[in-house]
Amino acid sequence: MTGKVVTITSGKGGVGKTTAVANLAVALAGRGQKVACVDGDIGLRNLDVVMGLENRIVYDLVDVVEGRCRLRQAMIRDKRLPDLYLIPAAQTRDKTAVSPSDMIRLCDELRPEVDWILIDSPAGIERGFKNAVAAADRVLVLTNPDVSAVRDADRVIGILDAEGKGSPALVINRLNPILVRRGDMLSVEDVLDLLAIDLIGIVPEDENVIVASNKGQPLAMDSKSKAGQAFQNVARRLMGEKVPFLDLEAPGLLQRLLGRM
Amino acid sequence: MDATPPSLFQIKGIREGLLITLGEASWEDLEAALIQNIDDQPAFFQGARMVLDVGLHDLRVAVLSELRDKLSERGISLWAVLSESPVTETTAQNLGLATRIAKPRPAELQSVPEAAPENAALWVRQTVRSGQRIAYSGNVVVLGDVNPGAEIIASGSVIVWGRLRGVVHAGAEGDEGALVCALELSPTQLRIAGEIAVSPKKEDKNRPEVARLKDGQLVAEPWQAN
Repeated sequence: MTGKVVTITSGKGGVGKTTAVANLAVALAGRGQKVACVDGDIGLRNLDVVMGLENRIVYDLVDVVEGRCRLRQAMIRDKRLPDLYLIPAAQTRDKTAVSPSDMIRLCDELRPEVDWILIDSPAGIERGFKNAVAAADRVLVLTNPDVSAVRDADRVIGILDAEGKGSPALVINRLNPILVRRGDMLSVEDVLDLLAIDLIGIVPEDENVIVASNKGQPLAMDSKSKAGQAFQNVARRLMGEKVPFLDLEAPGLLQRLLGRM
Repeated sequence: MDATPPSLFQIKGIREGLLITLGEASWEDLEAALIQNIDDQPAFFQGARMVLDVGLHDLRVAVLSELRDKLSERGISLWAVLSESPVTETTAQNLGLATRIAKPRPAELQSVPEAAPENAALWVRQTVRSGQRIAYSGNVVVLGDVNPGAEIIASGSVIVWGRLRGVVHAGAEGDEGALVCALELSPTQLRIAGEIAVSPKKEDKNRPEVARLKDGQLVAEPWQAN
């Protein structure tokens, strides 16, 4: 196996990177792929919580880098999906504990073991971000349809370009079709118009995401919610399938009922 | 000119104007030599923005403001004073002068070639994104968009074959004849020479426009092909 390294980043914080990584990982693993997630947010780790694996951490990324354990020992296997692993970040250190070349070395060691290595980048454009993108074969830039998140995404795309990482793919997260229709939220077209990169996913706003994150059960595990479906679709597109984008404009059941009243 | 020993000061063209680095000598000698040099070649200095690096010299308000007056009489605007002396730094700040100039960020700064010929243009064949800054002494032509958060600074004109939504400063060294044209002209802020304007919110944006200075006012007009 030669695993592909995919980094999810955004510039701005709080747009849903960690949730996206957890859901993509679950979606890929559910399709028979072997996946390792790496939490790049050293000092502010979250991915373990969202994936519900917090209580199983013994060794972390920094332990691997500093040689206190073997890579295998830091890989936590998700019991629900046997081909899903997490390498958690250290909570007691900071971003300087790891260098970009450490990340490249780590990913090179992981590549033969898995199909996908998903790296959760911290917010910002400093050391943590540089670490997270250093080894990436592909970068997904995640943004929300609001002006400041799009501005930061634009900045990140510029930096990736300047570092020779090529053009990343875009995931628009937390789109609210009702607000867009009212003209109160940037539409997919508005965002694409400004960022001008390839779109790989549109994820609707969905309150189930919060519930699922708090439970430590990524939404993509059950495919009933629209957000879960959207992440499933991103995973399929990553695997090279052509999947049409969800029709988010179609009114839901509730709206149809309300409309009839 | 030969009377001026070169060790007294150095002149260098930088993005922000002229950087004068003073050497080791008494302040009186340095000041006299500098003024002498300016008077010898007024055309070169006319309209220049000057950054003065005075090293360790302690300068009081009276001394520095006198120099600033002398320079402004000669059409030079002193806008920054760099110094390792805290006294001078405080003085400069009291006079409203900058005490730091931005260091170029190598990865992001596209280019700062010095003193390009008057008709030279920098060709930028990409979208200029947030956080990117292009500074050039000459004209700048962008084939692509200039996104919000990006900056283009040119001593000459700026032409954007795309949407201009960032900050643009044409005629940054004082050229009031500089133009800014774009297929869609809606910059966050538009500056030509010393004038600043914010683009009005407008509905119909799909026309190429040209901005220029007319009687000291920044005006934008639809592009007329003729």
